[in-house]
Amino acid sequence: MAFGAFATGVAREQGPRRKSRIALLLLLPGILYLMLFFLVPLISLVLTSLQEPIPNGDIGEYQTAFRWENYADVIGTYGEHILRSFIYAILATIFALLFSYPLAYFIGVKARRWPLVQNLLLVLVIAPFFISFLLRTLAWKSILSDEGFVISGLKALSLMAPDAHFTGTAASVIFGLTYNFIPFMTLPLYSTLERLDTRLLEAGGDLYANPAKTFFRVTIPLSMSGIVSGVLLTFIPAAGDYINASRNFLGGSGTAMIGNVIESNFLVTLNYPAAAALSIILMAVILVMVTAYVKRSGTEDLL
Amino acid sequence: MDVPELNKPAGSMSKVSNALSRRGLLQGTAIGASAMLLAACSSKSGGPTAAADKSTSQKSLRVDGKETYRNVSGQDFPLLDKFTYDSGIKVTFTNQVDDDNLYYQEVRSQLQKGEDIGADAAVLADWMAAKWSRLGYIQPIDSKSISNFNNVSLTFRNSSGGPLVPGTMPWRAGITGIAWNKEYLPDGLTSISQLWDESLHGRVGAMSSLRETMGLIMLDRGVDISSGDWGDKEFSEAVDFLRPLVTNGQLRSIKGDKYKDDLVKVSTIASIARAGDIQDLNQQAGKEKWGFGIPDKGGVLWADVAVVPIGSTHAANAARFINYYYRQDVAVQVAATTGFISPVTIRSNQLSTLPSEVSRNVTIFPTDAVMKTVKMFRQLTPDEEQRFTAQFQSILLAASS
Repeated sequence: MAFGAFATGVAREQGPRRKSRIALLLLLPGILYLMLFFLVPLISLVLTSLQEPIPNGDIGEYQTAFRWENYADVIGTYGEHILRSFIYAILATIFALLFSYPLAYFIGVKARRWPLVQNLLLVLVIAPFFISFLLRTLAWKSILSDEGFVISGLKALSLMAPDAHFTGTAASVIFGLTYNFIPFMTLPLYSTLERLDTRLLEAGGDLYANPAKTFFRVTIPLSMSGIVSGVLLTFIPAAGDYINASRNFLGGSGTAMIGNVIESNFLVTLNYPAAAALSIILMAVILVMVTAYVKRSGTEDLL
Repeated sequence: MDVPELNKPAGSMSKVSNALSRRGLLQGTAIGASAMLLAACSSKSGGPTAAADKSTSQKSLRVDGKETYRNVSGQDFPLLDKFTYDSGIKVTFTNQVDDDNLYYQEVRSQLQKGEDIGADAAVLADWMAAKWSRLGYIQPIDSKSISNFNNVSLTFRNSSGGPLVPGTMPWRAGITGIAWNKEYLPDGLTSISQLWDESLHGRVGAMSSLRETMGLIMLDRGVDISSGDWGDKEFSEAVDFLRPLVTNGQLRSIKGDKYKDDLVKVSTIASIARAGDIQDLNQQAGKEKWGFGIPDKGGVLWADVAVVPIGSTHAANAARFINYYYRQDVAVQVAATTGFISPVTIRSNQLSTLPSEVSRNVTIFPTDAVMKTVKMFRQLTPDEEQRFTAQFQSILLAASS
């Protein structure tokens, strides 16, 4: 249903009328792949989300049923966590965009004159990809610990209360999410801005538009495909992330996101239906939000 | 459909085949879903049966264990070579059981079908082993077939003299109490209640292990956690006591093994902790940076046990290995090497074979006086396990129930 939003509505090109067996054969691996690794797990997930406990069964023992109350139960119990996940993801996406856009603009537009600098900056953006996501987050945990130089320095300058701390707070989790997804935002933006025709900016100036107006009326619309791609690449994984918000990394008990709740239900309480229902809810909400966003930004044909 | 019909017959055929393919797709999906439904329904017919033993012909054994404090180049178990030399059984010892819940998830479907999980013996927390036992996922080890079982301390036996968890063998144990940073708290701590003092607000850590954290809190509230005299009321009261301490920030963090990192980084200066962990941290620091004590109202004694999974084809080899492990001369070496309490009663003549700084270490070789100050968390029924775990997790996730 939501994929309909990505349709262009333009008359399609006329395809070959005769069915080609070779084309079908070529499609077969892709179809099988989708069946095995998307459709079957999805059906399994939906069925699991509707299971009910076996009467007098042990922990983690469930039987097939159509217990739709599972969805109401998890929303009632973990509604706060679901909401928190999307708030954190939206904030992290906004911060990543605000940080990445000037960076991508500088690399893609301003640094064109110095190809060496441009390449060097690109390497610096991509370099974090070469280090494990977990290690990067752990490194930040050390840097931002109470005895780390950042927090100690802020306390020494009286910019933080002596007993205050950063790790385990909402700010810490949003910071981690933002940091970890900055390359996902920067690269699509760079690829769009790198192709920006600067003569159009000059034309904006020639037509008496001030730089701000030129930016909002020319640069932003022309880089909208990069913004949309970056936002999707950041928001979708950030909403389901459970590393940054984990108590073992940058989060605390009050910052648990939906991913942490799924992990807890799946691995500790062995409440598989609850974990599956939460996963379906996460997917559904992301799908609705992404569809609305894409429709709103008017970039359906760019996807 | 969007293709214009150039001639009627071809167009008709196209429509028919399109309709068929859609129908086919729907049918395929329905068949797939039904097959999965049937598969899900059929999974509960009867329990798994034990695999045939091939120990006489196959002299091999794989033990999935846990990391130890003195883990050096995978040498978790000393005297392995001697056992192999004496018995002809080649033992492979792994650290696969990093986390009981994760390990269970990895092998669950194989256990359900009675298949070989690759390990002939596994070292699990007693509560996880009890679950495997209830579900019929283990081949019970008869303590009468282990001649050295007589060496096992009474602490690790049930009232009728058998193992605490039926069909399993006690493997190693440890003590959980309170730790503190000596620089910040030179006077130390003597009770769990002191952790809730206003002066320690935001500097206290706890463990995400239900039995250890809740066990200590319940002991502090006067509940004998090893007896059957307590139930939902006492547990819920302890949970209600703990919840505001988490929400108001008195407790800075509740973590698994990572609670040690918080102590090292001084994010916490006092914490619920394992004796062995603190000793390990002090050794790494090269000085006695942290103190450890058993709270005045009691500490928690926890135990890991060895089980033989239902699909193991080397149950007899595993029993022989466990019997060897229960030899006093072997047990003393294993405890000294791994840093965990042995379930075997160690006599003084065995202790004298060790360097004095090791033999006097009460976290590895606790005296009778120390053992009197600790309690084991009683075995929970499946219903209790479900309810208590859900309640405890709701604190960790700051959820409403």
